[in-house]
Amino acid sequence: MTMEIGERKAVISGIGQSQIGRRIYRDPLDLTLDACLDAIADAGLTRDDIDGLATYPGNMTTPPGFSGGGITEVQDALRLNLNWFTGGIELPGQLGSVANAIAAVAAGYCNHVLCFRTVWEASAQGDQSRSSVTPGGGGGGGYRASGFMQWMLPFGAPSAANWIGMMANRHFHEFGTTREQLAQIPLTQRANAALNPNAIYREPMTMDDYLSVRMVSTPLCLYDCDVPADGSTAIIVSRADAEPDLRKPPLRIEAVGTALRGRPSWDQFDDLTTMALRDAAAMMWERTDLTAADVAIAELYDGFSFITLCWLEALGFCGHGEGGPFIEGGTNIARVGGRVALNTHGGQLSAGRLHGYGFLHEACVQLWGEGGDRQVPGDPAVAIAAAGGGPLAASLLLRRD
Amino acid sequence: MSDAPRPFRVLPFITPDTEPFWTGGAEGELRFWRCDECGHFLHPPSPRCPICLSKQLTITVVSGRATVHAFTVNHQLWYPNLDPPYVIAIVTIDEQSDLRLTTNIVDVEPDDVFIGMAVQVTFEEYDGVWLPFFAPLSGAAT
Repeated sequence: MTMEIGERKAVISGIGQSQIGRRIYRDPLDLTLDACLDAIADAGLTRDDIDGLATYPGNMTTPPGFSGGGITEVQDALRLNLNWFTGGIELPGQLGSVANAIAAVAAGYCNHVLCFRTVWEASAQGDQSRSSVTPGGGGGGGYRASGFMQWMLPFGAPSAANWIGMMANRHFHEFGTTREQLAQIPLTQRANAALNPNAIYREPMTMDDYLSVRMVSTPLCLYDCDVPADGSTAIIVSRADAEPDLRKPPLRIEAVGTALRGRPSWDQFDDLTTMALRDAAAMMWERTDLTAADVAIAELYDGFSFITLCWLEALGFCGHGEGGPFIEGGTNIARVGGRVALNTHGGQLSAGRLHGYGFLHEACVQLWGEGGDRQVPGDPAVAIAAAGGGPLAASLLLRRD
Repeated sequence: MSDAPRPFRVLPFITPDTEPFWTGGAEGELRFWRCDECGHFLHPPSPRCPICLSKQLTITVVSGRATVHAFTVNHQLWYPNLDPPYVIAIVTIDEQSDLRLTTNIVDVEPDDVFIGMAVQVTFEEYDGVWLPFFAPLSGAAT
């Protein structure tokens, strides 16, 4: 049986982003609409052309600031007439919503899907503790944990920093990976963020800065953790044959990876030195003749720096366990002259936690040559956008004609 | 005994399926559902064995011995009186190589915990829930 690569019936036609910042205290729906209208205009479309709507994680009130509204709010605010829509959190990571949109377009359900992701965790956090962590209960009361969290919260492990910290330590143990190696993820990204006017943290970071900042959960220090932000990102997925209606040459979707072939759990997954992203990456490469050697740009999720290391390994930029030596010194992942340019906008560590969608936005920016001071030289033609950690992961392989 | 106030712990919502696990400590027992047909230990609980799909499951007491598979020293204050640093670990239960629990390693300095360390269950009761922590196995080399 020949495999049909249905995702090639879809393209990315436009991107948009709102104001991004720390504690900007703007209505998240206002941010969302800014990003959505920006993306629709970028594609050369109007809202009357939009007949599909997709988002992650849908409307939810906890953790605070994790969602800026769902399908209902955006459809009503823009009075969209939809053939198809999807919003939810049980997906292969944040970009799972875009993978759904691609599938819907390929199936012929709709022509142009507006995909969006909004966060306002910085404002929701205010001067309190990290809002994306929901310890539950907090000092008493009758709260009881159920589902997966019942196995974590009683042991004082409410944060992905704890869960990813255990995985990172296991990787250090098996392969000899060091903190000095891991530091190259935040250091490289901070250097890139210095060239991105929309990044939150742009001042230089040194190895000494990294090694002297406070520890959060070993081996992860503060600079291994992404920074809560406010902002919205929107992406338009269109039918490939809609190209005559579009303002810009569309970006081809060469392959999608959404697989989860191990147990869907942060602590029961078979190999803690990799994650579901192992399976998503494998599926993506099964659907194309391209290889990692063809990829100029890698925009890889960094909720924690260690996840990016795992993505680099899983995607084949180096072997499993070889990520430490691969990134050591930073030359292989440098924006200019590296084997692959990594997180060219600064990633979530420096540009802000736009939660997955920021990577896809930046991959498109680079392929369209719109990166300004941070544009990767050499007219890059192939990029990966990948998001998710633990049991959640999806990756997209994009190319320009 | 220390005079320090007891740490706040979020407790699990107990269901019939999880009650044997969360209350086994009252008898000093670490318990899991086990498949009568193929012998597989289940965690978390499920209505059928995920290996052979049998519904014939029986609560079974294990030795309580385990090995540290991965750990982290948490330095962040998340809960009142649960003062960092403390060790969060994933341990592998001796009876089955993929039977894991997330837990705390106690009665040891955080810096002395290592992957491969032999540990033994020890329970602390909070409001009717016996939380399974693990301590270095007495007599084991550390």
